Amino acid sequence: MRGREWSRPVRPARREVLSAVPELEEGRPPLLFVPGFGHGAWAFAEHWLGHAASRGFPAYAVSLRGHGGSEPAPEATLRAYAHDVVQVAASLPRQAVLVGHGAGALVVAHALARYPARGAVLVAPVFGGWGVLGAALRRNPAGTLPAVFGGPLRLNRGQLFSSELPDEEARRYVGRLGRAGRRAQWALLGEPEAESAVGAPPVLVLGSPDDRVVPASTLTRVARRYGSAPLLFPGMGHDLMLDARWEEPIDAILDWLEKEPVGPGGHVRAVGGQPPAWWTAGLPAGVAGWGTRASEPVSVLVRRLIRPPPSSRARR
Amino acid sequence: MSTSTDHGRPDPEATSPAANSDGRPVSDRGDTVCVIGAGASGLTAIKNLREHGFGVDCYERETGVGGAWNWRHDRSPVYASTHLISSKPFTQFPDFPMPDSWPDYPHHGQLLSYFERYADHFDLRSHIWFGTEVIRVQPVEGDRWDVTTRSTGGYGPERTARYAAVVIANGHNWSPKLPRYEGLEQFRGEIMHASSYKDPAQLRGKRVLVVGAGNTGCDIAVEAAQQASRCWHSTRRGYWYAPKYVLGRPADQVNDSLLALRVPLRVRQWLYHWTLRLTVGDLTRFGLPKPDHRVYETHPIANSQLVYYVGHGGIGPVPDVARFHPYAVELADGREIDPEVVVFATGYLPRFEFLDASVFGDSAGAGRPTLWLNAFTPGHPTLAVAGLLQPDSGLFTLSHWQTVLFARLLQARRDRPERATAFAQRVRDRAGERYSGPVKDSSRHWFEVGHADYLRAIQRALVELEGK
Ligand SMILES: Cc1cc2nc3c(=O)[nH]c(=O)nc-3n(C[C@H](O)[C@H](O)[C@H](O)COP(=O)(O)OP(=O)(O)OC[C@H]3O[C@@H](n4cnc5c(N)ncnc54)[C@H](O)[C@@H]3O)c2cc1C
Ligand SMILES: NC(=O)c1ccc[n+]([C@@H]2O[C@H](COP(=O)([O-])OP(=O)(O)OC[C@H]3O[C@@H](n4cnc5c(N)ncnc54)[C@H](OP(=O)(O)O)[C@@H]3O)[C@@H](O)[C@H]2O)c1
Repeated sequence: MRGREWSRPVRPARREVLSAVPELEEGRPPLLFVPGFGHGAWAFAEHWLGHAASRGFPAYAVSLRGHGGSEPAPEATLRAYAHDVVQVAASLPRQAVLVGHGAGALVVAHALARYPARGAVLVAPVFGGWGVLGAALRRNPAGTLPAVFGGPLRLNRGQLFSSELPDEEARRYVGRLGRAGRRAQWALLGEPEAESAVGAPPVLVLGSPDDRVVPASTLTRVARRYGSAPLLFPGMGHDLMLDARWEEPIDAILDWLEKEPVGPGGHVRAVGGQPPAWWTAGLPAGVAGWGTRASEPVSVLVRRLIRPPPSSRARR
Repeated sequence: MSTSTDHGRPDPEATSPAANSDGRPVSDRGDTVCVIGAGASGLTAIKNLREHGFGVDCYERETGVGGAWNWRHDRSPVYASTHLISSKPFTQFPDFPMPDSWPDYPHHGQLLSYFERYADHFDLRSHIWFGTEVIRVQPVEGDRWDVTTRSTGGYGPERTARYAAVVIANGHNWSPKLPRYEGLEQFRGEIMHASSYKDPAQLRGKRVLVVGAGNTGCDIAVEAAQQASRCWHSTRRGYWYAPKYVLGRPADQVNDSLLALRVPLRVRQWLYHWTLRLTVGDLTRFGLPKPDHRVYETHPIANSQLVYYVGHGGIGPVPDVARFHPYAVELADGREIDPEVVVFATGYLPRFEFLDASVFGDSAGAGRPTLWLNAFTPGHPTLAVAGLLQPDSGLFTLSHWQTVLFARLLQARRDRPERATAFAQRVRDRAGERYSGPVKDSSRHWFEVGHADYLRAIQRALVELEGK
């Protein structure tokens, strides 16, 4: 029994939600984008919201409390952030797909234990731990060190973007960064383990091998936790939604949602055709092709892609 | 992703014909599960069964969802002013929170919109047959069930469909419990049961007697104090009237902080008495009877206004009714009062008129089945009841977990039959178990559960079903 949810509910906070909705309702599931620490909903409003809407997906982005246009919340905890996400998800007209970026992916992982999402996408997930801190300290000691003592975390351009992104844009984005709650930042060090997701949603993990915040090994580890392999977009920085080639990852996400007709219970209906190039990008050589059988849980399907059983190898 | 439409509604033409024992055609719905009622408990049953991969047909006699909370329904027991007695975190489904912008104790209209949003969010309506009443549920071979329906009100032909399992979620707060009194037929004033009380205008300017001090009786007494020319409130015992807020927070949340620390019942009772002493003090000075039991031994009343109006003299506490005269009501202490309107807020009784009472181990037919976890019937592993609970919290979280457990049980029957068999044995062994501290003997406490004890019992059942 979740005693705390009964006796100590999270204090409400005013939240900013930005959205882009297709002109014609096409029955697609709504997407809810959750920015990482320091970012607000604006980071998705730049490109991804509009792009998702133009492909028929109603798209929303929330600013976690203390970020963007939401209410200031210096003492916010990870639990409060997850509460914000579940509140917005439950307010959408239909069962939503949660898309979390950076530490927002960790928030999504926690939210999945409180809301049966239609599916989830973890983009360049920061799941915490000393490894992440180590990488950050190495790349950006001046920006990171204060955070260890409860000060703000200052990410720099080199950590977030590839060199392809024009300087001026990069400077504008970095200028908009805020900070997360002190307690939530510290929580990251403890690698807070999320309870398992309710409703068995399919989970997609993607990122860049050249991300200077999240090492490729972390991507693989997180993806493995959800029984899959990460999709990789080489050459991009941590902020995949703002970087120069922002279109590729969002198209990959939307393709995944279109190609994986998932019903309640996470069962794949029909899978066929050849996968686009991005599908195999992060997989070991020699693996290509969608899974085969219908009505098999997605996680199983993707795991089979990692270590293909004889049948699927034979098909190639 | 596309929305799934594989499990459509039953279509008698398209399914293979079979016949039931009286030789009438039955459409076989295969592995589909039947849910009776689309109130809160029925809706969460549909959602959780769908989430676990089952097809569902739900029958609802009304034309909308929400059950008791849809006050357009002719059987809805809510009145215009009904607000929750359990605060939001105690009431909402655990995986679909109520909006932050709502008050601690929302209004019944908000609850209805909450259930409507739940139904739309999880696309449940496409599984519900509205305006269709279940009139018979019969067990058939292979632990399957023949469910017979017809249009509400008895129009149209009867149809029978065969299901792999049935969830009964027909609610237990719609069939009025009316006490009998000598002389009631001769009484010339107006009498009504609380179920037909909708609006304080019905009391305006009249002399009103309210019988019963459940939450309904207390709410109506308060409205009578505000609207009627005179209000008597008759109770057959003294009660503990809990305020909606203590120590700056909703009272139920404070109590759960103690439960979380596993503070023993006796200590909580003592703390409670102590808090009351600090606020309203001894209620017998207002003429209210002294409770004949400790706090938590009757279904909790959450009403901050009742004591306030008693203190203002707006509510006159009186003892039990002895008998009725044409123009007066005689009380147990011999006094006579002359109300124009009598409202019986004496509660409700459960009814399962579509089911042979013996299926439920309720041979007396009293509406009090013998179940495990108030949900599972010995000998019928594919039958479950949802929402047959009177919790000291909101109901919906409990219905949610009941139906999750049932969905997992149905999965186990398919994938790990030996576990389902062991579960069935536990149902036989433990039917009739209680999940509350001691309570006063009254039909209103048949299904009384402490939410913490009950949820822990469900959790144990889940672990026993699925653990290593
Ligand atoms: C005045 C009042 C206030 C309450 N306040 C609270 C509160 O604050 N918190 C709380 O948790 N609980 C409260 N309750 C208890 C209330 O009963 C539950 O909240 C809840 O409504 C129960 O939901 P349910 O789905 O189990 O039953 P219901 O809401 O009664 O729904 C049952 C549904 O089944 C349908 N049905 C019945 N028989 C058939 C049939 N044969 N065929 C087809 N359909 C059928 C009915 O039409 C109905 O829609 C209150 C009750 C009352 C009377
Ligand atoms: N959210 C809200 O605001 C709200 C409002 C109303 C109701 N509810 C809920 O709805 C459910 C039903 O409540 P309810 O108040 O309608 O019914 P209830 O809880 O069953 O209360 C019935 C009352 O009538 C009395 N009574 C019963 N039979 C009697 C008889 N023969 N003679 C004299 N008195 C008699 C009972 O006394 P005994 O104690 O002696 O049996 C009790 O005081 C409960 O779960 C309640 O919490 C919630």
